[in-house]
Amino acid sequence: MAEAAGPSMAPGRLMTETRGRVRLHWTDVFSYAYLAFGVLLMFGPVVWLVMSSFKTPAGLVEFPPTFLPLGQIEVTVEGHDDPLLLFDVTMEDGTTRELAQIRRIGIVSQMIDPADPTQTFRVPIENREAIREFRLALENYIDPLERFDFLRYLWNSVVVTTVATIVTLLINSMAAYGLAIYEFRGRGTIMIFVIGTLMIPITVILVPVYLVVTQLGMVNTLWAVILPGAATPTGVFLLRQYMLTIPRDLIEAARMDKASEWTIYWRVVLPLAMPAIAVLAIFSIMWRWNEFLWPLIVLNRSEVYTLQVGLNAFQGELDVQWHYILAMTVVTLIPVVVVFAFLQKFITTGIASSGMK
Amino acid sequence: MAAQNEARAGLGARLTTAAGWPLRAAFRLLDVPLKVVQRLVGIRGMPWVFLLPNLAFFGIFVVIPVFINFGFSLTGGTQLFLTDRVYTGTEQYAFLLDCERFADPLTCREDRFWRGIYNTGFFIVFQVAFLVLFSLVTALVLNREIRARGFFRAVFFFPVLLSPVVVALIWKWILLRDGLLNAALVSLGFDKILFFVSPEWAMFWAIFVSIWAHMGFYTLILLAGLQAIPPDLYEAAEMDGTRPMRVFRRITLPLLWPTMVVVIVLALIKGVQIFDEVYVLTGGGPGTATQFIVQYIYNTAFTEQVQNFGLAAAASVVLGLVLFVLTMLQLAAARRRDAGESDG
Repeated sequence: MAEAAGPSMAPGRLMTETRGRVRLHWTDVFSYAYLAFGVLLMFGPVVWLVMSSFKTPAGLVEFPPTFLPLGQIEVTVEGHDDPLLLFDVTMEDGTTRELAQIRRIGIVSQMIDPADPTQTFRVPIENREAIREFRLALENYIDPLERFDFLRYLWNSVVVTTVATIVTLLINSMAAYGLAIYEFRGRGTIMIFVIGTLMIPITVILVPVYLVVTQLGMVNTLWAVILPGAATPTGVFLLRQYMLTIPRDLIEAARMDKASEWTIYWRVVLPLAMPAIAVLAIFSIMWRWNEFLWPLIVLNRSEVYTLQVGLNAFQGELDVQWHYILAMTVVTLIPVVVVFAFLQKFITTGIASSGMK
Repeated sequence: MAAQNEARAGLGARLTTAAGWPLRAAFRLLDVPLKVVQRLVGIRGMPWVFLLPNLAFFGIFVVIPVFINFGFSLTGGTQLFLTDRVYTGTEQYAFLLDCERFADPLTCREDRFWRGIYNTGFFIVFQVAFLVLFSLVTALVLNREIRARGFFRAVFFFPVLLSPVVVALIWKWILLRDGLLNAALVSLGFDKILFFVSPEWAMFWAIFVSIWAHMGFYTLILLAGLQAIPPDLYEAAEMDGTRPMRVFRRITLPLLWPTMVVVIVLALIKGVQIFDEVYVLTGGGPGTATQFIVQYIYNTAFTEQVQNFGLAAAASVVLGLVLFVLTMLQLAAARRRDAGESDG
């Protein structure tokens, strides 16, 4: 900045200005150092996940790991059906050559010159180094979706999230309407009752809700995940507080026009409460997409697994296939990142104003 | 603020048109039946009609279960249906609470329960302390005149939205024997550490990962609290030439304190119920080193060979009591904060 100000300025003024702008208090240094470290600590693991998810199984077990996903170059050589792996080989005379490996026997590898397939060599394996290039192992993404059930898990998660959010918005906005618009005996009691349910998270009533769900015949169906959490006290509150700000004149006017209460609810109040409903919708989508403990309990068959439960089952297997897990973790993460990227302000103000998540 | 509201309304309008017509058609279909209902119950009955679905859900999935839970905790056996179960009185509670010395879980009959309680206690003390500390520091830094504040706020916030399973898998991948962290240790000349084999390290990472995942949420609440402090107080302090540490101690901290209390109690409520991330990260291991109270309930009721619903229900009642006390504290703290806000 000071350089751009140029020599046309008086030297004295330039100096004070420069000092005023550039001199950093130690708290500024600390702040920016803290933020830089924060970026590394918060983003780093996710970047590492995404990078790793594109590596081949061979690339994943490599130690020390490489940052970029690399794949060994393969060449097809005349006389060999399968493509052969390419290596840089240090020959006995000290020269290096690019050779393809036919097979490896113990510590000796049989190699062939791709340019001249008649020449074969026997090389100790410590004298060769794999030639690699940047390559995305897209099969990590395609295989689990095609060969395993992940496409189904994905679908189940989408169904649960969509249906649960619609049910949540409907019943909670109806209740909020009832509590915001009408004055009636028992309203206070109902409010206390709703506050009371805040104190009973699902972790406290796992066993009895499981019994209820079993008795309703919903175990191992998606309804078992959708219905128990549909009525949320936070949702009722959020919507009610917002609906209280809607002018009563509007409602009275609609009543004058002989509109029924139901019509007033969905024609007048719901459209006006849209901002609050959108906040609840985003929260509901997040809750449902990420829900884990309850689906883990009521979904015991692979065909009804949601993504979260499927991922957990996959990582708990004896022979952990990390290349698939990492890729599916990225798939699970994508909707959340997309929603966040577009609605960041919306979500953060929603949380700051309602104190819920 | 006005611009923000406008943006909200704009988004709302777009959402309405997108999800619009099938929903509107569904609502319209209900117009006639609900008009009939209104004629039957009168306008005074309508609030109850609107409340009915929600109350039915609360009733079926919250209120009735609370009572059934007591029923379970007072019966024994492995049957799920209450009518098939044997009444045992307070035997389950007696079993849970049967300890020679409460300080040592190994002297208890149900040592896994007490192990879970002690682990949870240890976990929340450190998790909540450091969670609040780091959230506070982050909020203070973000509240300064810094460039790209929105970006940095998003950086700290985004893990809040990730699912616990994703969070756990991200970190598990880094902490494995041949993971990124061990590669870094080796390149610095240290030995590899088997993080999930050592009880201390497993607990450390359980705490660390849960702080990593939830910090953004509390930072956001504290940031809102900081921004509610009237700027003229700082201006006055600057004119008096007050030193920054003193400004922090005399202005920021006292005025932020009510928000801090809310944050601490909220973090305690969440911390007591810790399960998801740690379950996927360590599976409760090694041994029972990171097994918490919710996992004890889950294991006892659902994963053991013999499903002991009664014991799990009794443990749930104990957990419920703890949460009840904490929620009361939270409501009191929130009320005090809101009262303070309206005074100022």
